[in-house]
Amino acid sequence: MKPLANLISIEDLDTDQVVGILDTAEQLLPIADRRRNSVPTLRGRVVCNLFLEDSTRTRISFDLAAKRMSAEVINFSGKGSSVSKGESFKDTALTLDAMGVDCVVVRSGSSGAPLQLSRYLEVPILNAGDGWHQHPTQALLDVFTMRRHLGDLAGRHVVVCGDVLHSRVARSEVQALRLLGARVTLVAPPTLLPPAPESWGAEVAGDLDAVLPDADVVYLLRVQRERMHRAFFPSSREYARFWGLDADRLARLPDHAIVMHPGPMNRGVEITADVADSDRSVIVEQVTNGIAIRMACLYLLLSGDTEGAEVTP
Amino acid sequence: MTDATFRPRAHQSALLLRGGRVLDPASGTDEVLDVLVRDGNVVEVGAGLTAEVGAGLTAEVGAGLTADDTEILDCDGLWVTPGFVDLHTHLREPGFEDAEDIASGSAAGAAGGYTALCPMANTDPVCDAAAVAESVWRRGSEIGLVDLFPVGAITKGLRGEELAEFGELRHSAAKVDFFSDDGKPVADSLVMRRALQYAGAFDAVICNHSEDPDLTAEAQMNEGAVSSVLGLPGWPHEAEEIMIARDLILAEGLGARLHVPHVTTAGAVELIRAAKARGVHVTAEVTPHHLSLRDHLIDGYDPVLKVNPPLRTDTDVQALRAALADGTIDCVATDHAPHAPEHKDQEWEHAPCGMLGLETAFAVVNTELVLAGLLDPLTAIARLTTGPAGVRDVAGHGGAIAAGREAHLTVLDPEVRWTVDGRGLHSKARNTPFHGADLVGRPVHTLLRGRFTLRDGKVQA
Repeated sequence: MKPLANLISIEDLDTDQVVGILDTAEQLLPIADRRRNSVPTLRGRVVCNLFLEDSTRTRISFDLAAKRMSAEVINFSGKGSSVSKGESFKDTALTLDAMGVDCVVVRSGSSGAPLQLSRYLEVPILNAGDGWHQHPTQALLDVFTMRRHLGDLAGRHVVVCGDVLHSRVARSEVQALRLLGARVTLVAPPTLLPPAPESWGAEVAGDLDAVLPDADVVYLLRVQRERMHRAFFPSSREYARFWGLDADRLARLPDHAIVMHPGPMNRGVEITADVADSDRSVIVEQVTNGIAIRMACLYLLLSGDTEGAEVTP
Repeated sequence: MTDATFRPRAHQSALLLRGGRVLDPASGTDEVLDVLVRDGNVVEVGAGLTAEVGAGLTAEVGAGLTADDTEILDCDGLWVTPGFVDLHTHLREPGFEDAEDIASGSAAGAAGGYTALCPMANTDPVCDAAAVAESVWRRGSEIGLVDLFPVGAITKGLRGEELAEFGELRHSAAKVDFFSDDGKPVADSLVMRRALQYAGAFDAVICNHSEDPDLTAEAQMNEGAVSSVLGLPGWPHEAEEIMIARDLILAEGLGARLHVPHVTTAGAVELIRAAKARGVHVTAEVTPHHLSLRDHLIDGYDPVLKVNPPLRTDTDVQALRAALADGTIDCVATDHAPHAPEHKDQEWEHAPCGMLGLETAFAVVNTELVLAGLLDPLTAIARLTTGPAGVRDVAGHGGAIAAGREAHLTVLDPEVRWTVDGRGLHSKARNTPFHGADLVGRPVHTLLRGRFTLRDGKVQA
């Protein structure tokens, strides 16, 4: 595969690179999964978690991924614009560069911030989520999880349902799935669809029930209850009735189909508790797979290896 | 206080602009002619002039400098036009001098071929009182590189609530006859209606920022396929069109004068075209950047491309070009909006809107429209001169090149190719979206009342 300079957007990857990351994660999964010693693969390397937006789950996942490979991890956090703290965005980048970190994992509430940072930094940037734009490791861990359950994703049908408009996960997810040859249908209240959804290369449907019998995966997106105050939808109850996944809808799925969610879930809104806890749900597995994917990404960005990992556990 | 106190002195000797292509939209002239300037005024325009014409001199053309100090300026291959007029400029003084001040902005204007600028009211303090307008106007006169025609605020503090003192501003030394809350729309329809009504008492024009603020609450760029993929909240074209439609309806009902700033959408063009056909007293402007740049350029989140209203789609750009050509849009205005680098070097979401425009306006119009065959040179010059001069009173700027008129002139090289370098501009700020672009055409000389403010491409401080 072509080497990775940064991982900012799935759009920057080709199919070969996505498969390469998934195959590397497959090899690393035993280490991600085991609750014992780390491997020395990234010993002496320094990974900086630059979290300009709170996200404890994602930060811990990156933290564990780096530590399982013996990298040192430093955390740099701050809410909102770095300028509001009296330091410019550019200075933050230059400071990290001057401190000699080997990789910056950046999370920001501002779409595009990781790409902007990459113009100031020599070291690799790994996007841990930016605004509504991208969350590439989430998309990779999701397709990794799908592949483990369904095999080759070419021709598979993934239904992505929920607040697509505000979702960086959805943008990344659709691109990753398309690279692997899967078909994607977006389902959402019309107010929560992005403008010009056809530009995503996905199909759009309004009726969740109609698309379920043909789905291999139902991927539910988090819906923030606050959205109803901006007139996106009238109530959680109405949302759940038309776009939530409950036991009745689960029964419409083919037997092999799986249910996924990036977390954190709003139980009772986009997914009922019994569906979340059912044997069709692979939501907990996604979390473990996330560590393997983040290990693979850090490994490929930091080691320069393009043939996939040769790691001895 | 009188106007004369602070007016720069006119050039005292004679100047013969020889053999240039005179493009004078007011008279429809487009031919190679000589222009003789003396004591700050145009003395004569004609073919084969010698310096003796109109002044009783005995100079011989071709000598370069004649016996009695008549300078000959060879304009062969150059265009001689009225000085440009910009209806929409941010000079940032008072209050935001880290980005620009009246001196640096005036220099940028002179370098861009402008002799008249209309500095916007969103300064600190806001230009909602005669004292502020007069101080801006007076500072411009002291610097003497361009004449300033300040824009007054429509409402006190740009708050959209109480009207600013139009009468006081109109009768001040700055003679303000044009009012705008700049980037803040007058959202309250009743306030807007009263502003249009009240302005009639002072023969003033109301210019309202066209944006329905409810539709753009979080907006970061044009809403469409590009914003969708970039994950930036969209700025729907309807937001602009709804406000323009409302203002046109109000102006039509009152018979009032309305100016629409920086039109950016195909739908807005249609609204204005239809209103003009009905006889509504409306004029409109378009910026060089909206005529030339499209939203897909934003794929790298470079905040220099963040502007209000946002860069739109190719469909919109084509509609704007056609509207400028057919006169639906009266003029090009720069919306020159300097920002200090530390403000633009932020996350896209936090960076302020605005881009530089004065020093690239002609080159962009020439490269993108004239050389593309969409505008003939005379019409292009009209949109930079007579067009804006017809919107408000700019004391003769942008008008005819004719005997007896003040010599506000621009001499342009329409063929010179140059690469824009943001660091090489006269503005204090560097936020030009054209940095690195290869453009064709540039002002060589600018004359304000017969005095060089730009000479051989150098600003005459």
